Amino acid sequence: MTSQVSSAAEKADEANAAALGGQRAPLSGTTGTTGGDGKEVRRLDRVIIRFAGDSGDGMQLTGDRFTSETASFGNDLSTLPNFPAEIRAPAGTLPGVSSFQLHFADHDILTPGDAPNVLVAMNPAALKANIADVPRGAEIIVNTDEFTKRPMAKVGYATSPLEDGSLEAYNVHPVPLTTLTLEALKEFGLPRKEAERSKNMFALGLLSWMYNRPTEGTETFLRAKFAKKPQIAEANVAAFRAGWNFGETTEDFAVSYEVAPASQAFPTGTYRNISGNLALSYGLIAAGQLADLPLYLGSYPITPASDILHELSRHKNFGVRTFQAEDEIAGIGAALGAAFGGSLAVTTTSGPGVALKSETIGLAVSLELPLLIVDIQRGGPSTGLPTKTEQADLLQAMYGRNGEAPVPVVAPRTPADCFDAAIDAARIALTYRTPVFLLSDGYLANGSEPWRIPETDTLPDLKTPFATGPNHTAADGTEVFWPYKRDPRTLARPWAVPGTAGLEHRIGGIEKQDGTGNISYDPANHDFMVRTRQAKIDGIEVPDLEVDDPADAATLVLGWGSTYGPITAAVRRLRASGASIAQAHLRHLNPFPKNLGEVVKRYDKVVVPEMNLGQLAMLLRAKYLVDAHSYNQVNGMPFKAEQLATALKEAIDA
Amino acid sequence: MPDTEELHHNDLLQLVPKAEAKQSMKDFKSDQEVRWCPGCGDYAVLAAVQGFMPELGLAKENITFVSGIGCSSRFPYYMNTYGMHSIHGRAPSIATGLATSRRDLSVWVVTGDGDALSIGGNHLIHALRRNVNLKILLFNNRIYGLTKGQYSPTSELGKITKSTPMGSLDAPFNPVSLALGAEATFVARTVDSDRKHLTSVLRAAAEHPGTALVEIYQNCNIFNDGAFEVLKDKEQAAEAVIRLEHGQPILFGSQEPKGVVRDPATGDLKVVAVTDENRSQVLVHDAHAESPTTAFALSRIADADTLHHTPIGVLRSVERPVYDTLMADQLDAAVEQSGKGDLGALLAGTDTWTVVG
Repeated sequence: MTSQVSSAAEKADEANAAALGGQRAPLSGTTGTTGGDGKEVRRLDRVIIRFAGDSGDGMQLTGDRFTSETASFGNDLSTLPNFPAEIRAPAGTLPGVSSFQLHFADHDILTPGDAPNVLVAMNPAALKANIADVPRGAEIIVNTDEFTKRPMAKVGYATSPLEDGSLEAYNVHPVPLTTLTLEALKEFGLPRKEAERSKNMFALGLLSWMYNRPTEGTETFLRAKFAKKPQIAEANVAAFRAGWNFGETTEDFAVSYEVAPASQAFPTGTYRNISGNLALSYGLIAAGQLADLPLYLGSYPITPASDILHELSRHKNFGVRTFQAEDEIAGIGAALGAAFGGSLAVTTTSGPGVALKSETIGLAVSLELPLLIVDIQRGGPSTGLPTKTEQADLLQAMYGRNGEAPVPVVAPRTPADCFDAAIDAARIALTYRTPVFLLSDGYLANGSEPWRIPETDTLPDLKTPFATGPNHTAADGTEVFWPYKRDPRTLARPWAVPGTAGLEHRIGGIEKQDGTGNISYDPANHDFMVRTRQAKIDGIEVPDLEVDDPADAATLVLGWGSTYGPITAAVRRLRASGASIAQAHLRHLNPFPKNLGEVVKRYDKVVVPEMNLGQLAMLLRAKYLVDAHSYNQVNGMPFKAEQLATALKEAIDA
Repeated sequence: MPDTEELHHNDLLQLVPKAEAKQSMKDFKSDQEVRWCPGCGDYAVLAAVQGFMPELGLAKENITFVSGIGCSSRFPYYMNTYGMHSIHGRAPSIATGLATSRRDLSVWVVTGDGDALSIGGNHLIHALRRNVNLKILLFNNRIYGLTKGQYSPTSELGKITKSTPMGSLDAPFNPVSLALGAEATFVARTVDSDRKHLTSVLRAAAEHPGTALVEIYQNCNIFNDGAFEVLKDKEQAAEAVIRLEHGQPILFGSQEPKGVVRDPATGDLKVVAVTDENRSQVLVHDAHAESPTTAFALSRIADADTLHHTPIGVLRSVERPVYDTLMADQLDAAVEQSGKGDLGALLAGTDTWTVVG
């Protein structure tokens, strides 16, 4: 069971956590006590579990439940759901494997973990697809019922890996999950197929025993989920309990583990677990409330953004209007129409949808109306990898329009941060009357972490007054309304909504005369308007970039968006091993913080890890003439901390 | 049916504030110079709309015109109301966002045959099926004007244009048929030069609760001059135009009266010379018929090439729940069921833990 003790490199996280948090729970794997069942209980500081099975095996639900139990227990955690684009790929095949990885600890952690300590493999395909990521010595729990000739042949196992010695280096627990589940549910008289479906709850029960997770939450959840089918609810609860009891009684599982709550890692407050898309949805609802404006979402379903449409649709009692349009273009069109009418307007999509919305984003730039464009990035180009993560829409967000059409870009760094980033994006849109990109990605969208629930009275005031009367005195002395007369500080034009008497005006995509907003083809006016629209975006107030540099390092690692977790974990490891490195992370990609140029020029080396081929690095090079080095990965998965640490070490030593 | 319909549209129109003082056509003219080609049919439509608006008596700040791209889409600039000249084909979607979020507005869409039926075809059909409270004026000149004379989706097959020197290969759309197929609740057709008829159709459209599509045959005197001459020339029009009036037999023709009857063999409609024997069989127009079948058959009765037997007037006007109303009802129902949203409670959720210092 040595696998469950952290490796030296992984302990770097702890070293830093200890430095930050002071007092903390005893370290890994050494403290043995005896549990109520007479079995040994070992204390661990952190564990990484991966549930893997067929797309139809309910692995995402299993992972979600284990996450909820873990969150309510008070561990810090980070999750990585990983599933195919097909809803039900052919059963038992490698492309059909769906997995959920969860990293939980008694201290603060930053990533879902590089390599699982425990793999739960529901079938041969799940084992085959995941074994390469599992370090030797780790525990593997397999559903032996699925290791029969045909399922094994389907994924190319000529002999059973459970018997041919190929898993010798691992600590394998063969468990006939299906048989045990059917046995446990015998008295329910369910059809075999129906009863079999509860095997994921059996597995969850077993793992819940292994890690001493609280169980009430899952039982309550199952009864609520199947409220209309009480028999199914009770069958699932029974399978869940049977899994727990199996762990407690069978001799194969001699040890259970405890991971203490991460009480020192968290500031005081009330917490919940939250995924990026949920946090982003809440951020949008909060922004509407803080601005005292109705929220309007125009959207078209697309992975991995659809959850936001689903979530916002559930909150109509906040005055939230959600419109599922006929296509991406109509989604943003309706949002823009609502913005003209005085709503806080949003459209949600992923990269392919942004491509379709480009022309309307350009119109919004020209109309100078507030509008949020939420892009949950996924692998591209074209349809690409719909369920995998990537950061390759940065340049599309920056430049993907005809003409000079600058749009601010805001990027959240963690799942919980999506809440604050959404409010920040709304602030910019409302204050400056501009479309704003909010660039999240599939990793943030589906991943989750504990979130300190903010007091609502600490959230910023986003109230933005509409224009109510004339704003200009004409040459003949009459008071008139000029729709393009700007606020001298923000350069924002007035937001005059239909229904306001005396301010009737016409706006459009044709170039308009400065001030009056009338159609103008005058060359000098166009030059002035192009420069003014750019100046407005360049002048947006964003906080200076903070640099974490405790030891006057020569090398800076600079990231943006969802790479925050892996980069920070890698930096901790490097510092724990004695290396010196500075770290900074960008939230605002357009405009950049005012001090960014000074920051990047301060260091001998600047390394920019990105899940693309170097898009931020290109912007930095173009704008600041610095020799920014890219470190890139575009495999649909987040960076691993160990891999980043190695790459950064090479950069430091080069 | 007419009674409930009246009740309903009164409800909807009541959401739009009334003008405080009596309005005139002048109130609806903006200070912008109108820049269509001299002689363009658009001038007549603009004058008719500006002349008709005071009749509605709505506060003009609560009226918004949204357009796409094309000659006709310059229309909002000339109306002294709120307006947006948007991008090609997208006006119905933008107007949908405005109308569904602001039920106190009277929202009008101005579009052309290229804008609405080519690049914007998708938005048009979906607006119609949803029955959003929009009034869509489709200026059909059967040609692309602003891009200087290419064939449009309503141009006749074989039309010689700059982009089709050997004749176009596209079978044209019949906008009225298309709208009826897209579940439209109100579909009408009129002609730019017939101010009285145009105004009467606009009035009916304005009063309709839900999406109203008005196809306006409009002359482009530069690239497709005389396209509708047969419907405008007094002598020819008597034979070519079928004026539909709800509740009236469908009769037309000057010398020999003609009428529309149902062919007992096929169930389709056909034009016959009216005699004493068959007069009782002449179809009585029912714009409020639940089924769009007869309206569709009427829309097909015209000859696509010669435009003979072109029906004008309100082909269909039926009541169906309005999208904006349903959306607003759901918001009200949600508040009734769960109470007004409480942000603090939402953020806290149900599954929390507390860390104490």
